[in-house]
Amino acid sequence: MPYTPHTQNDVQRMCAQIGIKDETELFQSIPNELRAKSFDLEEGLSEFEVFENFKNLASQNDTSKISFLGGGYYDHIIPTAVDALSTRSEFYTAYTPYQAEASQGTLQALYEYQTMICNLTGMEATNASMYDGGTAIAEAALMAVRISKKRKKIIVDSGVNPIYIKILKTYLAYHDLEVISLEVKHDGTDKETLLSMIDESIAGYIFQNPNFFGSIEDYSEIIKALHNVKAVAIMSSYPIALGILKSAGEIDADIYCGDGQSLGNYLGFGGPSFGILACKEKYIRNLPGRIVGITEDRVGKRSYVLTLQAREQHIRRDKATSNICSNQNLMALRATIFLSLLGKEGFEKLALQNYNKSEYLKTEIAKIDSIKIYNQNPTFNEFVIELPISATQFIDKMEEKGFFAGLKLETLLENFQNRVLVSTTEKRTKAQIDSFVASVREII
Amino acid sequence: MNSTLFEKSHNGRSGINIPKQGLADAPSLDSSLLRSAKAELPELSEFDVVRHFTRLSNKNFSIDANFYPLGSCTMKYNPKIQERVGGLEGLANLHPHHITNNKTSLVQGALKSLKILEDNLKEITGMKAFTLTPQAGAHGEMTGVMMIGAYHKKKGNNKRYVIVPDSSHGTNPATAAMVDYDVITVKSNKDGSMDLESFKDAMSEEVAAVMMTVPNTLGLFNPAIKEICDIAHAHDALMYYDGANMNAIMGVIRPGDIGFDVIHLNLHKTFATPHGGGGPGAGPVGVGERLIEFLPDLTVDFNEEGYFFGTPSQYTIGKVSPFFGNYMVLVKALVYMQTLGREGMINASRKAVLNANYILSKLKDHFDAPFKQYCMHECVLSAETLTKEHGVRAMDIAKYLLDFGLHAPTVYFPLIVKESIMIEPTETENIDTIDYFCQKMIDAVELAKNDAEAFKTLPITLPISRPDETKAARSLNIRWQA
Repeated sequence: MPYTPHTQNDVQRMCAQIGIKDETELFQSIPNELRAKSFDLEEGLSEFEVFENFKNLASQNDTSKISFLGGGYYDHIIPTAVDALSTRSEFYTAYTPYQAEASQGTLQALYEYQTMICNLTGMEATNASMYDGGTAIAEAALMAVRISKKRKKIIVDSGVNPIYIKILKTYLAYHDLEVISLEVKHDGTDKETLLSMIDESIAGYIFQNPNFFGSIEDYSEIIKALHNVKAVAIMSSYPIALGILKSAGEIDADIYCGDGQSLGNYLGFGGPSFGILACKEKYIRNLPGRIVGITEDRVGKRSYVLTLQAREQHIRRDKATSNICSNQNLMALRATIFLSLLGKEGFEKLALQNYNKSEYLKTEIAKIDSIKIYNQNPTFNEFVIELPISATQFIDKMEEKGFFAGLKLETLLENFQNRVLVSTTEKRTKAQIDSFVASVREII
Repeated sequence: MNSTLFEKSHNGRSGINIPKQGLADAPSLDSSLLRSAKAELPELSEFDVVRHFTRLSNKNFSIDANFYPLGSCTMKYNPKIQERVGGLEGLANLHPHHITNNKTSLVQGALKSLKILEDNLKEITGMKAFTLTPQAGAHGEMTGVMMIGAYHKKKGNNKRYVIVPDSSHGTNPATAAMVDYDVITVKSNKDGSMDLESFKDAMSEEVAAVMMTVPNTLGLFNPAIKEICDIAHAHDALMYYDGANMNAIMGVIRPGDIGFDVIHLNLHKTFATPHGGGGPGAGPVGVGERLIEFLPDLTVDFNEEGYFFGTPSQYTIGKVSPFFGNYMVLVKALVYMQTLGREGMINASRKAVLNANYILSKLKDHFDAPFKQYCMHECVLSAETLTKEHGVRAMDIAKYLLDFGLHAPTVYFPLIVKESIMIEPTETENIDTIDYFCQKMIDAVELAKNDAEAFKTLPITLPISRPDETKAARSLNIRWQA
C-alpha cells in the first residue's frame, strides 16, 4: 500500500504487543449501526497514472496568452532561487514553530518577513501573515471595532477591491455592526461626502491606494479628519506599489492590509497567496495571528520565538483576537526570499518599471480615437479603458488575437459596462505592449 | 550568530537582474504621492540569499527528516509527486480572474479537478455538498458556523449559544465567538467523552450548535454520538463535526451517515498536503441538506457542455475567500486521494490506529495512562506522577526528545488531562522509528528517576537551548532596527 511501511510481519508483531489478533479489533468501540453506509471511491493509481491525469487536466486550462490581466493578482517575475529555497523540505514539510528549539529556521525567516513588511508599509508591527488580502481587511475592520472601544460603523470605500468587500461583509454580518459603502466619485474617493460622514460613531474607514481602478490619491487630510474623532484609518494596497508610493506610515494610517501574491507567489488560480496585516505598535495587542519576537536562550544566545500568544485561540479560546490558527507561512517565506533578492534598489526599480510600462501602454492606447482612459487620477500599474463595444466582446476578440486583455468590471460593479481594467507588469515587453495596442486597434 | 539578513546587507549588492525596460521613463508622479525614501530592504547577492536560507532551513525539524508524534496534527509523509503536479504550468500560472470574467472555457481542467475533489470528499464523509473555498481548518470552522448562523436567522430562531466539550480544540470556542455566539463548555466524563447528563443540562432552545471532534482529542470514539445528534436536533441545534481527526476513521464512519449537519476537513492533515511550517492549509466544509442553501459564494457545476460556476442561492453566506481558497493545496490533496484510492484510505486509517495503539501498549506502564482502552489514531499519556515525584514535567519530556531528533509530542493539550502528552504517530511511520521513540520515552522516565535536574538544561544539541519566552513578551522585539 502506498505510504504505509507495514509488512505482514510488522503487523503481527504490533498486534501481539497490543494483545489483539487483527487490527480491525481496535475499532470495536464503534457500534455497527454507526458504520459507514458507503465508501465508493476509485481504486488507487500509480504515480505515473496520477501524473498523466493531472497533466491532462492542466492542459485543459489556458495559460498560453499574453496577459494584461491584474486586478489584485499579477503575473510578476519569480526568481528561481525563490522556488529552490522555499521547496527545501526542511521548510516545506515542517510543522508550525511551536517548539522554538526545533524551528529556528522558520522563526528567523518570519522575523525577517515582519521586518521587511514593517519597512515597506511604514508600520511598526505586523503578524506572520493572514490567509489573503480580503480576509486581512476583514480582520482589520474587527481590529478597528476593538480599538475604537466598540463603535459600530465601518466605512468602506468602493475603490477597495470588490471581492475583498464581499469577504468583509461576510465576516461582519454576524456582529452588530454596520458596513457603510462610500461610492466612488468617478475613479476615486468622494472626499467631500466622506468628510461629512466622519464623526464619533465611526470605528474606521477602509481605503485602497492605488485603488481597484489603479488610481492614486493623497489620503493625508482624510486621515487627519479620522484621527480628530479617534477613528481608525485602514489602508489596503497592492504591495509592489510600495516600491515608489507613499507608505501607510507616511500618511499616518493606523492599519495596513494587502495581498502578498505579487511578492514571489504563483497565480495558482487564486491560491495559496497570503495576507499582510500590519499596524502601529500601540495596537499590537489587537492584532490577530502569530507574531515572532527575539529573545535569549538560557546561555544568552539570540533566539526567535512565537510571542504575545495570549492573544491567540490556543490560549484564550473564545476570548482570542481571532479564531485564526495558521498563517500562510510558506507564501510569506517566499515573499521574504523574493524581497531579499530584489533588495532596496531592485524593489524600487521593479515598481518604477511597472509604472513606466503601464504609462507607455496608457499613452499608446489613448491614441485610439474610440477608446477613452477612464481614470482622471494618476495611476500606477493598471487603469480602466472605456470601449465602444461590450467588455465581453472585447475580451473574446482579444483572446483570439492571443491576449488575456483585462478584467471585465461590470461583473463586479454596477454601472461599469464597457469598461475593462488593463494591467502591465515588468514581464510585458515593449513589443508585446505594441502588439496589444495594434490588436486593439484592429478589433475596435 | 543567528544574524539577520539585515546584518549581512551591503550597500550596492543585488540578487537579481530585473528585465530590461526597453522604453523611456514616463514623467514622474507628483512628489506628494511618492515615498520619501526607499524601503529598507537588505542588499545581498543571490548566493548570499541562498546560503542564508539554506542555513536557516538546517535549523528546522521537518517531517522529511524527523518523526513528529504530534497529537491532533497528523504529521504524515507528504508524497513528492504533489510538488511535481503543483509545478504544472497550466495550474501554477492560471489566473483567477478568468472566474470573474466568467471565461469557463479557459479553466475547464481546474473546474474538473475541483468537481472530482468535491465528489471524493462527499463520498468520504457522507455529506451532501462541499465548499472548497476555506483556506484553513479554522477558516472552515468559521464558514460552517456562519452557515449555522444563517440557517437560524432564516428560520427566525433565537439562538445564543454554541456547546463545546472541554476537550475541544481552541479554535472551536474562538470560532463561535467570531460568529458572535456565546460558548457553553460541557465537561468530560471519566471515559473522556462529553458527559451525556451535563450535555442534556446544557441543551436548550437557545443552543445554535454543538461542536464535536470525533474521535475526540483524547483519541477516543464517543459511542453516544448518535444520541447527542438526536437530542440536539430535537432542539433545532445543528451538529458540527470538527474533522481534525478524520485520519482515524476513513471508511469506518461517515459524519453524514450519523446525522452531522456540517463538517470541516483539514486537508493538510488527513490528505497529506505539506504543512509549510504553519500553512497554507485547506479547510473544505461539507454540509447536509439543512445547510446547502447557505453555502459560500463560488461553487462548480457540470452539464453536458462542461464545467461552469454555480449560481449562489439567495441565502448564501457570501464570500469567505476570493476564489477557490488555496486551490493548489486542493490539487495536492486530490493527488494523494487518487494515489491511495479506496483501499489505500481504509488502510491508512487502520495503520494510523494500529501505530497509536502499539505506542499506547508500550508506554502505558511507564507513564500515567488516564484512558487505558484502545485508542483511535492518537493516545494521551500523562506525566503527572513524574511531576509529583521527581519534578519532571511534560514539557521536560518533550525537550528531552528533541536531542534525539524526535519532535515533541503535543503537551498540555487536551487541557482536561494534567501534564498531558498526546501522541499521534500517523500511518506513515515504520515500526523501527516507533520503537526508537518508545525507547527514548522510557529512557526519559529512567532519567527522571535518577537525575531530574538534568532536564533543566535540555535540549543541548539544537541551535538554541530553551528560550526565555517571558523576556520575548516583556521586551518586545518583533522587527530588526539597526
